[in-house]
Amino acid sequence: MAPKRIRARAVSDDPEDLARVPLQAVLLADSFTTRFRPITLERPKVLLPLVNLPMIEYTLAWLESAGVEEVFVFCCAHAKQVMSYLENSQWKSLPKFSVTTIESHNSISAGDALRLIYERNVIHGDFVLISGDTLSNMSLTRALQEHKERKKKDSNAIMTMVVQRSKPSPITQQSRLGTDGLFMAIDPTTKQLLYYEENTNHSKGTLSIDKMLLVDNTSITLHNDIQDCYIDICSLEVLSLFTDNFDYQHLRRHFVKGLLIDDIMGYKIFTHEIHSSYAARVDNYRGYDTISKDIIQRWTYPLVPDVLSLGNSATKLERQGMYRSSEIGQSRSAQIGPHTVIGTGTTIGSNTKITNSVVGKGCTIGSNAVIEGSYVWDNVIIEDECELRHAIVCDGVVMKSRSVLKPGVVLSFKVVIGQNFVVPPYSKVSLLKQPTKQDSDEELEYADNNSDTLDSATGTMDKLNGDPLLEFSEMEHHVSSELGYGGVGYIWSLCEGSHEEEWRHSVAPIPAEKLAEITQVIEDDLELVSQDSNAPASSGELKPDTQINAEDDAVYFEKEVEATFLRAVNENVEVDHVILEVNSLRLSYNMQAADCAGAIFHSMMKLALDAPHSMQNELLRNVHNTVNAWQKLLKSYLPGKDEEIEVILKFEEICLESVKELSPLFTQILHLLYDKDIITEEAIEDWESEKKDADEADRVFVKQAEIFLQWLREAPEEDDEEDGE
Amino acid sequence: MPDVQTLVNEFLFKLKKRKIEGSHATARQTTILLRSVISQQRIPYTHQAAALIDAVKAVGEQLVAANPVELAVGNIVRRVLHIIREEDLSPTTVAIAGLNVSAVSDDEGDTDHDDHPVLSAAAVAAASRNTLRPPSLQTLLEDLPDSAAVPHTSSSGGDSEGKSKSADKSSRSRRLKHDVIEAVNELIEDIDTCHEQIAEQAVEHIHQNEVILTLGSSRTVLEFLCAAKEKKRSFRVFVAEGAPRYQGHLLAKELVARGLQTTLIADSAVFAMISRVNMVIVGAHAVMANGGVIAPVGLNMVALAAQRHAVPFVVLAGSHKLCPLYPHNPEVLLNELRSPSELLDFGEFSDCMDFGSGTGSPLLHVVNPTFDYVPPKLVSLFITDTGGHNPSYVYRLIADYYSTDDLVLQRKPAPVN
Repeated sequence: MAPKRIRARAVSDDPEDLARVPLQAVLLADSFTTRFRPITLERPKVLLPLVNLPMIEYTLAWLESAGVEEVFVFCCAHAKQVMSYLENSQWKSLPKFSVTTIESHNSISAGDALRLIYERNVIHGDFVLISGDTLSNMSLTRALQEHKERKKKDSNAIMTMVVQRSKPSPITQQSRLGTDGLFMAIDPTTKQLLYYEENTNHSKGTLSIDKMLLVDNTSITLHNDIQDCYIDICSLEVLSLFTDNFDYQHLRRHFVKGLLIDDIMGYKIFTHEIHSSYAARVDNYRGYDTISKDIIQRWTYPLVPDVLSLGNSATKLERQGMYRSSEIGQSRSAQIGPHTVIGTGTTIGSNTKITNSVVGKGCTIGSNAVIEGSYVWDNVIIEDECELRHAIVCDGVVMKSRSVLKPGVVLSFKVVIGQNFVVPPYSKVSLLKQPTKQDSDEELEYADNNSDTLDSATGTMDKLNGDPLLEFSEMEHHVSSELGYGGVGYIWSLCEGSHEEEWRHSVAPIPAEKLAEITQVIEDDLELVSQDSNAPASSGELKPDTQINAEDDAVYFEKEVEATFLRAVNENVEVDHVILEVNSLRLSYNMQAADCAGAIFHSMMKLALDAPHSMQNELLRNVHNTVNAWQKLLKSYLPGKDEEIEVILKFEEICLESVKELSPLFTQILHLLYDKDIITEEAIEDWESEKKDADEADRVFVKQAEIFLQWLREAPEEDDEEDGE
Repeated sequence: MPDVQTLVNEFLFKLKKRKIEGSHATARQTTILLRSVISQQRIPYTHQAAALIDAVKAVGEQLVAANPVELAVGNIVRRVLHIIREEDLSPTTVAIAGLNVSAVSDDEGDTDHDDHPVLSAAAVAAASRNTLRPPSLQTLLEDLPDSAAVPHTSSSGGDSEGKSKSADKSSRSRRLKHDVIEAVNELIEDIDTCHEQIAEQAVEHIHQNEVILTLGSSRTVLEFLCAAKEKKRSFRVFVAEGAPRYQGHLLAKELVARGLQTTLIADSAVFAMISRVNMVIVGAHAVMANGGVIAPVGLNMVALAAQRHAVPFVVLAGSHKLCPLYPHNPEVLLNELRSPSELLDFGEFSDCMDFGSGTGSPLLHVVNPTFDYVPPKLVSLFITDTGGHNPSYVYRLIADYYSTDDLVLQRKPAPVN
């Protein structure tokens, strides 16, 4: 291992010096999740048809058009199928575009895959990391250029993550791609990714960020309206990082978060936002549904059925977004609605209605059937009067007459549904029995499960293929009860706990009551938040006059500062901490240092007043003590003359309005403040000159302090004289 | 011929992925590809022309299928087929004519025996062309058919006349290929120079102090306007920006860089501005056999506005854009719907593309067609590299460039698929 690694480094350094390195890409042909079970037990996810084309076709087509010249396809589950598919595909014969497969049987995560790729020593420079279920039509040139420039400036910028803006409503996030909320913190100028949190729980409505983020960065934008496209431009260091940190499994959960939180070696991740282009990843059945519809609506142009159609089956786009291949046998009375795709060689019986659906190649659909929002793959037989609503039907399925698929049903390969049978909503039906082990952590145990079930799967399939009649009759005997008369297959029981969540990731639209629930939760959240943070503002009528608002704020601020101060006095909190707290208050109310000083002084005077006193003298002593104790606090808010004047004005205000008791002591206290160096001489002089033109009423205290002022004016001369002597 | 096949595949792939933009580039590259197909094609001793035609057709079918929207591909394939037919026809007829002539001259005996065949060969070739298709105005007006093919044919006819039968055959096979390639080269040259040829006519159409309106961007239009400018015509240009691709912005930039008075307007302002305009000059994607035009989206609106105010609507089109098909033909895929993201930002509107709620079908549809169809009655004049033509004359022009046998050819392979 060790010598190999060294060699890898050496090689990697070399070509970077060369003028041109062919752009490479690592395509993970395995999602390392179980979201698409039971279908993925029999066929790898990347070969599942998305609008009648295997997903990997879209990914490869994009990589090719984006200028990638070498693709390493990492196959794990069902590696043989992926490899044989690629062997026979058009991609092998293209000049200037090489597709190499890397096979592995013991990789259980993206981390393992990248470690293996690193060992193989095939990547020599920057590369695009993408999984085989991602489709996009973005242009890589700018993102790549940005990445390279950053890398040149800062060798720690090892990864650029492609992101896309989407509407921040959690309903949309849920109902579009079925993904959980994503929360990111990005530096707005450098576009550096500072924080990445998947699965943010919206019902909680809160999120905690390390305060160091705020300390280290001058500005941060927080986003919940950004969608991760799962397209990354990585430098070679990413691979070695995976090798060094052998516990990294998941690209986002471990690698990205690890890099951001642990701050290893100061590596940085940046983001690149795409605007007009499209990028999305098929993560679950809902994403499958949404992305299929996006393709039909041509957001992914030129990756659309009529352009991409493979081989000699030309698909044509007709009015209202209908895509039809050649050689379709369609009855005159059949109604095919808008936004529907029909594959080659499919026959459709009379009075059948198909809307918003995708039908694959060679299907036979009987008469009076209804297909709505469903995905019917290749060679499916749907007999008369069947009903399909929002279902996925895999290759070779037979639906006997009058059978019904409720929303959210998934029928895996070659399942037979018996006559008149109604498949309940959200059920998944497969020829394979459900693995008995339940996944606690879907990712880590997937491979183990997979190897078991894979064997059994291929075993069953072989048997099926080898002696179909016998097997069928046997099966029929066993399970005819489960799927109606003549049905073949097992209904998978839903995982415990996830029963509730089943609707989240299914192809069926979210039921109205669930939607209402989500919206309700969000509204509650919003109310809660608004009550918390800004009660007066959200109390219905927003006051049009901002002045009033500001004054209100000032009053609240003062009260808060006072409360903080009193708490500090009672609990003997250290001065530094009080400063910190007042600072945070100041930021949240958007106040000046002068306001703080005023507020603190106000609180100090209050404190002095509250202490028991009977005589003026005692009051003065109280003030004296308080000022002595807290002068440090006050001083920290008096960086200049203006703030000091503010304190004097505040003092005046206190004496005039709230605490008349203090007014006789004005001069003494002023003197005290002067003695303690809290207020400088210049400030007092400025205050006096400011008051010169004021009304008589306002000049009460100036007059009162006349003697003091007089003394002040003389004092410096004395000082000078003393100094002179 | 593995190398030709890879070339073809590469080109097919590019066409399919819409990597070649614009009919001019497509036409040029198609011609170059077909030339290499022809030059690599081995020719049997008999039916050389048929072999060539089959080879070109086979490739042509694939090319047309790869991007049916780009009509220039089909046009060029048909042009090349036409060239092969012509080249094949002329030597044989010449040979026959030569025999006839020599037979006649045998009767007569002597004298101008040497000069005569050459002239007669050319005459016969011309006659044979005329019998092959209805005579066009151009061929009627000119004594000899266009000079492109004739020099070679006549000389070859003259040369081969005296030779023995076997030698004649072998030389002819090589010559046929050679001549075809020669003619295809000329076609490439024609395509290359079509901008200049069209631009040469600019002064005849643009007059002093006129206001010209155009929409979107077309290289032909740019060259045309600049040619007029170079000839010291002073005029103003209104450029409609051509949403949603806004290529009008680029055109405006180019025009200003070349010192033309330019005004940029929104597409929706066309009707308001049209009354000040003296002439609308636009480019086209393709010109159909009935004189209708497939043009960038928005042009039909401009044409209607021009008609309302009796402003001449002039379409510039190189001869490679002349398509021998009619727009009612179902084989002609008239339009291409591009990505809606050109109209609006996906991120901003992602909540409208919400399939998870409600009935599962989105309420918002965005349609972004690339082309408009302008009917022939709205077009005042076509300016091609051969001159100005009325829309009703287009079918005649087409008869000049294509042989009728090839028009239907594209449809025949359909069952094979």
